[in-house]
Amino acid sequence: MLIAILSLGLLGTVLGFGLGLAAKKFHVAGDPLAAEIEALMPGSNCGQCGFPGCPGAAAAIAAGSAPVTACPPGGKALAQALAARLGIAIDLAQVADAGPQIAAVAEEICIGCCRCIKVCPTDAIVGAAKQIHNVMREACTGCGNCVERCPTEAVTLQPVAVTLQHWIWPKPLAAGH
Amino acid sequence: MGLLERFFAPRHPAWGVHPDDRKRPAADAPLRRLPLPERLYVPLQQHVGGAARPVVLAGQKVRKGDLLAEAQGNISAPVHAPTSGRVLAIGEVTAPHPSGLAQIAITLASDGEDRWGERDPVADPFALAPEEIARRTAAAGVVGLGGATFPAAVKFNLGRRLKVRTLIVNGGECEPYLSADDMLMRERAAEVVDGLRIVMHAIGAGNALVGIEANKPQAIAAMRAAAAPCGDVAIRVVPARYPMGSDRQLIETLTGLEVPADARAAEVGVLVHNVSTCAAVHRALRRGEALVERILTVNGGAVRAPGNLLAPVGARVADLLAFTGLHGEPARLILGGPMMGSVLPHANVPLVKGASGILAFDAAEAAVPAAGPCIRCGSCTRACPMGLLPLEMAARIRAGELAAAVDFGLSDCISCGCCAWVCPAHIPLVQYFSHARGELAAGERARLRNAATRRLVEQRSERLAREAREKAAAAAKRKAERDAAKARAAAVTRAADAAAAPLAEATP
Repeated sequence: MLIAILSLGLLGTVLGFGLGLAAKKFHVAGDPLAAEIEALMPGSNCGQCGFPGCPGAAAAIAAGSAPVTACPPGGKALAQALAARLGIAIDLAQVADAGPQIAAVAEEICIGCCRCIKVCPTDAIVGAAKQIHNVMREACTGCGNCVERCPTEAVTLQPVAVTLQHWIWPKPLAAGH
Repeated sequence: MGLLERFFAPRHPAWGVHPDDRKRPAADAPLRRLPLPERLYVPLQQHVGGAARPVVLAGQKVRKGDLLAEAQGNISAPVHAPTSGRVLAIGEVTAPHPSGLAQIAITLASDGEDRWGERDPVADPFALAPEEIARRTAAAGVVGLGGATFPAAVKFNLGRRLKVRTLIVNGGECEPYLSADDMLMRERAAEVVDGLRIVMHAIGAGNALVGIEANKPQAIAAMRAAAAPCGDVAIRVVPARYPMGSDRQLIETLTGLEVPADARAAEVGVLVHNVSTCAAVHRALRRGEALVERILTVNGGAVRAPGNLLAPVGARVADLLAFTGLHGEPARLILGGPMMGSVLPHANVPLVKGASGILAFDAAEAAVPAAGPCIRCGSCTRACPMGLLPLEMAARIRAGELAAAVDFGLSDCISCGCCAWVCPAHIPLVQYFSHARGELAAGERARLRNAATRRLVEQRSERLAREAREKAAAAAKRKAERDAAKARAAAVTRAADAAAAPLAEATP
């Protein structure tokens, strides 16, 4: 009895010291996981997640303080990639994907001030001083920076309409399961 | 063949199902022509690939066969006027698609004359270069009429590039209720045979095998008679087994070749075209006629006079059903066959090139039993013609594990519906697979979009850095110029001073 307690206690102490030393010796300064997650993210620093840019969100996701579904422009695809990287299970049905949105300029209110162009992270807005601006649909991520910047409320976010090419069969309702 | 094999060899392939075919009495009714509707709605996208781009304006007069919209991109097909008349509008109409979403179509008001425009028939297509045949086929808007609607000419070029030896002509028509290909082979066997020989010439194939299911004896006889003079065309009878009309299954039955999972049929030296496509190629070359009408089956319990109709592309489903008559309101409308066709939102949708049939089901036919839990009986795995495990794939998809479903072979699924048909628990297996496919495609699109966003952001930061650099360089240049100007001014002053100094000394 005594021998067992002593030997296990000794073993525990030795291994504990070993672990403690290893933690000091192999300490990593930055978080490589955060860098890896940042590489997966869109990188537009749009701020929709509420963190200061993509690096901030990546650090929070790596630390576990933000969900993998935090990035609205990344959508389900990014959430899935992040979950696979972090080895956690997510239910995609729970992802609040409000559907893609893109900015649109109301031509009759736009005064051509160029302010939205400057804040667009993907250079998706074209225009010049005193000319009506326009949004290139393919480049817009729907981050909404331009909406806040517009002095005349000419820029609004519009949901992208579902087309035949993008329509998805609904998942069957599982009966009896 | 030994005595034992003769008695114990399987009568039919190990895969597939044998639903009650219900092709009659519709198949025996004579071919009728749909009276020309007043308005035709010609969708710009009736094929796999890019939508066609309109080349007509509202108000313009067109004749039958005139180009309405041209092909756009490498994989695309043009659409032509199905009759003569005036273009009323180019705008959205409900698509013949289960979603009920809109698609762009050209609305044509018929003038009732049905007058053809300029046609450019070829007396001897075999004297033309294969490229020219492909070009004319593409210009006539011919797409795969078996249901896949892949542009036929693109397939010709593929076949020639991959040096296809055998053309397989699909006269399987294994879907229940449908008899349009059967009718075509009975009525226009000579056209089909001539068309398939043109296709052979276009792809450089040495021989052709026509596979026709055993349940079409009249079509087999007609095709044999038409193909008798051609030594390189063989008419083969294949067992009536669903999905015999699927290209991989037909190839295996006729040639014994199995197309690998990630390869196309052309890579094993064969190319499959439908009998209707061959007939359309014949018309495109010999008569110079664009693909503007087709034979299709109108069938189902709710149809008063079921049968095969010759109808123009762009006619509304409602026009067809009004012509055949209905017993009350149909419980469900289907475009295509009952196994693989798509449910229509309503009858106010246009007919497209790929429509092999319109089914109007009565309540008894449309009844869907409630789905129960999977009892893991394995019926679906025996029925699956692709050798997959539908029950495992569906279980993964239900749990949201799409990647696991792909590992089980989701991308090899041909959506034939055998699994759902045999399932004793009535689980909508194909809907699971279609849903998963859609989700996977959406994920892929999002991934590409993310990558594009990253690129744009990088380009923007590069641009900002470049602009800052240029600004700094310009500022430095201006400063240097200012300094130089100052230095010059100073030098001039000094020189003036220096010039003035001796004078000043000399004056006193």
